Amino acid sequence: MNFSPWIVLFSPFAAVIITALVTQKLRKLSSYISVAAVAISFIFSLAIFFGPDGSEGFNWIDLGTFRIEIGYLINDLTKLMLLVVAGVGFLIHVYSIGYMGEDRGRARYFSGLSLFMFSMLGIVLANNFIMMFIFWELVGVSSYILIGHWFDRDAPPAAGNKAFLANRIGDFGFMLGILLIWSASGTVTFEQLAQRWPALGPSPGFMTGAALLVFCGAIGKSAQFPLHVWLPDAMEGPTPVSALIHAATMVAAGVFMLARTFFLFQSSPMALTLILWIGLITSLLAALMATQQDDIKRVLAYSTLSQLGLMVAAMGLSNPQAGIFHLFTHASFKALLFLGAGSVIHRLHHEQNIWRMGGLQKKMPITFWTFLVGTLALIACPPFAGFWSKDEILASAGANIPAFLAIAIVTFLTAFYMSRLFVVAFLGHPRSDHASHAHESPLVMTAPLVILSIAACIAGFPFIASAFIKLPELEGSPIGSMVISIIAFLAGATSGFYLYKGKDKDPIDVPLFEYRFYIDEFYNSLIKWTQDLLANVSGFVDRWIIDGGMVRGLSGITWGFGFALRFLQIGNLQAYAFLFGAGVVLLLYYILFGTK
Amino acid sequence: MVTLNDYLMASGLLFAIGFAGVLLRRNVIIIFMALELMLNAANLSLIGFSRFNVQNGLPDYNAQVLVFFVITVAAAEVTVGLAIIVALFRARQTTHVEDISTLKF
Repeated sequence: MNFSPWIVLFSPFAAVIITALVTQKLRKLSSYISVAAVAISFIFSLAIFFGPDGSEGFNWIDLGTFRIEIGYLINDLTKLMLLVVAGVGFLIHVYSIGYMGEDRGRARYFSGLSLFMFSMLGIVLANNFIMMFIFWELVGVSSYILIGHWFDRDAPPAAGNKAFLANRIGDFGFMLGILLIWSASGTVTFEQLAQRWPALGPSPGFMTGAALLVFCGAIGKSAQFPLHVWLPDAMEGPTPVSALIHAATMVAAGVFMLARTFFLFQSSPMALTLILWIGLITSLLAALMATQQDDIKRVLAYSTLSQLGLMVAAMGLSNPQAGIFHLFTHASFKALLFLGAGSVIHRLHHEQNIWRMGGLQKKMPITFWTFLVGTLALIACPPFAGFWSKDEILASAGANIPAFLAIAIVTFLTAFYMSRLFVVAFLGHPRSDHASHAHESPLVMTAPLVILSIAACIAGFPFIASAFIKLPELEGSPIGSMVISIIAFLAGATSGFYLYKGKDKDPIDVPLFEYRFYIDEFYNSLIKWTQDLLANVSGFVDRWIIDGGMVRGLSGITWGFGFALRFLQIGNLQAYAFLFGAGVVLLLYYILFGTK
Repeated sequence: MVTLNDYLMASGLLFAIGFAGVLLRRNVIIIFMALELMLNAANLSLIGFSRFNVQNGLPDYNAQVLVFFVITVAAAEVTVGLAIIVALFRARQTTHVEDISTLKF
């Protein structure tokens, strides 16, 4: 028996139990326990990475034909994801010691972080749909807890609710999909499903439906259009949480799930096309929205949405390895960018507006240079990590001209808004008091930045990436897509750089992008209208049918009978006697003569 | 020769007279007497049936025993009824039924 997967999974869980139940009062100790737990997970993840593939499980629920296992499935995908989740998780835990140092809820924060690590590692290790779904929901819960960490303010709890509800919508579809798959194939284990599903072939419509329902889960968790609205709001949480959960790992769970269950989609071209276009639409819309945001974390959030859209699009292009490759590189540089942003926000006393920053090059050199590396990696500047993975997706679009164009446009927009962010936030002169008095963050925060920036530099090189992921051989020459990619990047970066260089306020004003295509407003009014309609209908039912018909109707009938019968109760003894006698006579008459 | 029918006619007549008394008289005591008349009309028909239901040369004594029971119970009932009437008179100073038409005084 192989113990390492269980140690990886349960060491954060032990940290949750200890920090939540025992050391809640001891803030420092709680954070060290939590960091130690994730360090153990990371070490054993390394051991698993160099170890053999395998799968093991034991019965949890056994009801005749319905069996649920608790087990792990280790293959290349699991190994890579374990490294990403535990590695980035470890760095962000360390960073959190610095970032959350003075926070009163520090112990609670680290319990939440450990709970998240436990659930996320559970998703990665799960060998069946049900176990994955349980951890999937746990991830949602821990995300909710961490977004609402500062619960004494108004916005974070509301953002937590929004995230949880949007995820519930997707998860409902996911659950239906799992049930459909189980009813058709009789198993929920990935390995058995991968063997049985292609041979099963009920009807193409059924298979497409089941696959798309499972994809709903990914739409919710990976914040794809039209459920993307929760991710930007989730930035209300502490910045390390945004880096870990809402950039590097949790939102990638949807992409990971698609790769894990890719056999479901392989047989259904229609589902693949839909996935491709949902990914591309998300990517384009989010990139457009990002160009007009003023909050540093929101720009990064929309950029995350956009990159997640690209990963999903890679799934739709039948190249899950490319999506996972991009997930892998994106985890390193997006975590880096968020942590860099967190470092700036922390040093500028929680100032998040990029127009009140500026001139940080001299004052925060480590943050400045690492953020630059992250930016270059994200905007696909060769030879940084993002270039290779984005190019892989672009190359797999190949002959699909509309998809190819869309990805190229996204590359251009990414370069544009990221150079805007970088130029405005870091270059120029300080535009507020806090910015002019900023100084560098402590080592515990800069060390993760440096490590992540090294990863963001080198993770993409083919000879390094091939140690982590086996990319498929693509047809045609890679040069064409690379040229397009570099042209798009250069155009975006130079236009962004020169447009925003030395500016004190935004020279472009596109309210449509700034207000996120009014999608939130649309949802709000939609919810308001449906709620009003529902309230009116149920108000009518309550007032007229339940109150009017049933309650008042019953009482009215009773009252009416009472009123009518009251006239018989005249109180005269002899009248009663007469009625009684008359009744007896009638009865006698009926008995004696009535039956003839 | 007196037949069962004659007895039943007499009994029915008594019953009708009693019932008419109950319906038409005002004084509760008179109504009470009329009620006794109805009771005895029933007794009379019972005795009639008993006398004419001859088995093995003997009348059916069961009915006659029943009549004795009825008379006994009626005597007890009369005491209760009269006591109620006395109590009623003490409360309302009247024994006329039309004055006693409410449940609550």
